[in-house]
Amino acid sequence: MTTETRYTRADFQSGQEVRWCPGCGDYTILASVQSFLADLDVDREKHVFISGIGCSSRFPYYMNTYGMHSIHGRAPAIATGVALANPDLTVWVITGDGDALSIGGNHLIHALRRNVNLKILLFNNQIYGLTKGQYSPTSEEGKKTKTSPLGSIDHPFNPVSLALGAEATFVARTIDMDRPHTARMLEAAYRHKGTAFIEIYQNCNVFNDKAFQLLTGRQERDENRIYLEAGQPIVFGSDNEMGVTIGPDGANIVSVADVGLDAIAVHDPAHPNPGVAFALSRLSHGPSGPTPLGVFRDVPRPTYGDQMVQQIRDAQARNGVASIADLVQRHGTWTVQ
Amino acid sequence: MQEETLSPPEPPERRDRVVIRFAGDSGDGMQLAGTRFTETSAVFGNDLATFPNYPAEIRAPQGTLAGVSSFQVHIADWDILTHGDAADVLVAMNPAALKANLKDVAPGGLILVNEDAFDDRNLDKAGYESNPLTDGSLQGFHVLTAPMEELTKIAVKDTGVKGRSVLRSKNFFALGLISWMFNRPTEPILEWVEEKFGSDNPVGAANVAAFRAGFNFGITTEEFHHTYEIPPAKLPAGTYTNVTGNQALAWGLVAGAKAAGLPLFLGSYPITPATSILEAVAQLKHFGAKTFQAEDEIAAIGVSLGTAFAGHLAATTTSGPGLALKGETLSLAIMTELPLIVVDVQRAGPSTGLPTKVEQGDLLMALYGRHGEAPLPVIAAASPSDAFEVAMEAARIAVTYMTPVILMSDGYLANGAEPWRVPDFDALPEFKVEFAREPNTDAGEFLPYIRNERTGARPWAIPGTPGLEHRIGGLEKEANTGNVSYDPENHELMTLQRERKIAAIADDIPEVEVYGPEDAEVLVVSWGSTYGSVRAGVNNAKVLGHDAAHVHLRYLNPFPRNLGSVLNRYHKILVPELNRGQLARVLRGQFLVPTVSLNKVQGVPLMAAEVTKKIIELLEDKS
Repeated sequence: MTTETRYTRADFQSGQEVRWCPGCGDYTILASVQSFLADLDVDREKHVFISGIGCSSRFPYYMNTYGMHSIHGRAPAIATGVALANPDLTVWVITGDGDALSIGGNHLIHALRRNVNLKILLFNNQIYGLTKGQYSPTSEEGKKTKTSPLGSIDHPFNPVSLALGAEATFVARTIDMDRPHTARMLEAAYRHKGTAFIEIYQNCNVFNDKAFQLLTGRQERDENRIYLEAGQPIVFGSDNEMGVTIGPDGANIVSVADVGLDAIAVHDPAHPNPGVAFALSRLSHGPSGPTPLGVFRDVPRPTYGDQMVQQIRDAQARNGVASIADLVQRHGTWTVQ
Repeated sequence: MQEETLSPPEPPERRDRVVIRFAGDSGDGMQLAGTRFTETSAVFGNDLATFPNYPAEIRAPQGTLAGVSSFQVHIADWDILTHGDAADVLVAMNPAALKANLKDVAPGGLILVNEDAFDDRNLDKAGYESNPLTDGSLQGFHVLTAPMEELTKIAVKDTGVKGRSVLRSKNFFALGLISWMFNRPTEPILEWVEEKFGSDNPVGAANVAAFRAGFNFGITTEEFHHTYEIPPAKLPAGTYTNVTGNQALAWGLVAGAKAAGLPLFLGSYPITPATSILEAVAQLKHFGAKTFQAEDEIAAIGVSLGTAFAGHLAATTTSGPGLALKGETLSLAIMTELPLIVVDVQRAGPSTGLPTKVEQGDLLMALYGRHGEAPLPVIAAASPSDAFEVAMEAARIAVTYMTPVILMSDGYLANGAEPWRVPDFDALPEFKVEFAREPNTDAGEFLPYIRNERTGARPWAIPGTPGLEHRIGGLEKEANTGNVSYDPENHELMTLQRERKIAAIADDIPEVEVYGPEDAEVLVVSWGSTYGSVRAGVNNAKVLGHDAAHVHLRYLNPFPRNLGSVLNRYHKILVPELNRGQLARVLRGQFLVPTVSLNKVQGVPLMAAEVTKKIIELLEDKS
């Protein structure tokens, strides 16, 4: 987007000193979001950023928009309130793997199933950073940290699978270092009516450095990034020599030469059945091999807020805008002279 | 053949008051019978107060003591304050109902029994070794029996109800009999059945038939010759409605939102005994009220706080266990200084405790149950209808001072009913909110923590307002700017600003009024739902020649400005509470006055007689 807009990235910077560790992936995501909003050219006061607790949750303080840095895990609930109170706002939830998937798991899945108009950005660095390096609900099994000296025995969540399981209407994944892709995912999430969930792989260079090396390393990334493009066959590799097929046993990685291009699955994020997207999400459980990036699912469903407003309009059309006196009268009264 | 004759009807005996308790199995429809009797008495013009009492289980094993459900109603021709200490009349639908309630029947009271239920099996389930109807154990009472099941069966046989449904109408038989005995108008009950079931529904027809059979049984049966009349009460002129505490509270929230000029948002998670507030407000969508059934208690307050940030009058309703879960978000509301109403309909705890029974055990949690220095206003409803005004007052304080407010009610107020003289809704106080629209510094900036000089409140600038973009959150705020600050002196300054803001609300609430003599030796201090029992207990003591004064507190934080000087005027201070002395602890701590507690934690309301007895005991103790 190069058209003239009212805003530059600086218009979205709050002037507060940014206090993440030098080299943190959060800086890149902050820059991506600020640039995206400047390009988007929507009134600045219409954006609200709600976060929980954790490194990523400091994000609202750095945005020159409305914002609230709230409680560990509770951002989807508080953001739901903001979105229901004023449907004209664009409400962004900034959260992390501990915030969204551990302490706040319940609020996340309920926001997703209700389809509240929220844009949820989950910064997944697979570690607890703010408390200095304990394993998180997305850390790989066997991970040695201060609280798992013999290796974690927790089976991790796959955030995309979880969101699809909760029947989210929009689910995507991107990675901090790929700013153009991040911008495209933000754009698609913004355009989606309802809850949009983006998992953003984010490098914590202090407590979990190079967790996404396979997807960011110059040597490895072409072999491991599977970009999902609507209407396109799902192929990857430096010469698109690899592809994905979807069969009764789920999604499989194949050599295009072995099966022929016609056998390769064509990506359809609008497919009403979330099963296909779910199969794609199972291709990797964390970035330990070829990993899909892009929009897994994008389907229409009425939003919670629209339905809430509609019920009020219908009730008012049916009963009129009542007074409290009418209400009490209808409850049954008698008169004492 | 001798001609059948009816003895001429006796004129009804006039009474100024009567307490009737309907008791039966949870499935016997006693709450319905009691509610209908109450409504018809209200329409008739009696003053009244009710006490529904039911088990936590939806259907406890039939015929057992655990499954007994009761509904007590006190009707009178004068302005009464309580549901009555003892029942003058007990309707017992089975042996368990008799056994569970006998201790609450006044000496010489009337017991009306469904004799069909007194078979060996039911007697055994209730733990009776012999039949109390025949073994002489009810000698101190006046017992009347009626074969209610047999007569209900006969009455409904042409209505089309079949099988198990036949006996479901027996509560209407009992209701008919009691309605006859107390000369109640029958139209309100029959009209209600018609409206509820429709004119051609067999269940409705069966209820009407059973009701008439019960009423006629009274007229025709020799054993039942005595009827009573309780004339209408001389209440102040006006329009009245019969309300429960939860209904009045729901209306009060709607009225509070209107007075503030804001849309109402109620986000709650179902919990006994608060649930019916959410249900009531959910019916009010045509007022623009938004309701949200959250996934849990924490989400309920979180979503509500989000709507407060965005400019709604936000409320959440809960009971003790839910208030515990909401503590963290309450602290965030205090830090972000956003208005929010949290309603705690208390029940007996700790933990699940007695979830359908009354207690005042959450006062200290409401006052202090948060992390950090986190003061907030706490107010309490005194009676079912008072919940309306208190809800409006909670809204006024919340939006005027930009603070969360805890409103205390309890299970007794929630379900208990009383007549309420409907106010002139157009004359209710208004406290229209003005959102910030412009920058508030000479430099043209908007600083979210510049305080109003009078109230100490910060400005309320809602998302969507151009030019006022700002961030709030849980981290300590720098004074005025609201920026994150770790400065030690700033933290102390902000802690004191928050504390003073709440303390200064004392200047904006009425002083306490003392009921009774200035020179009494004993002052009784109460709060919440014990109001009626305590006031009646003070009145009864006076009748017996023992003067005591009474102060009832609506405001529990901050206290009214004159409370300390009032307390210091009296030699002895009696604090009756349905807990182990929580208000007493606060009064002693804050005012350094000695207090005597009257505590009760049985899951039932305080009785007026208990208060009277304690007053007399204190007056006779010359120490």
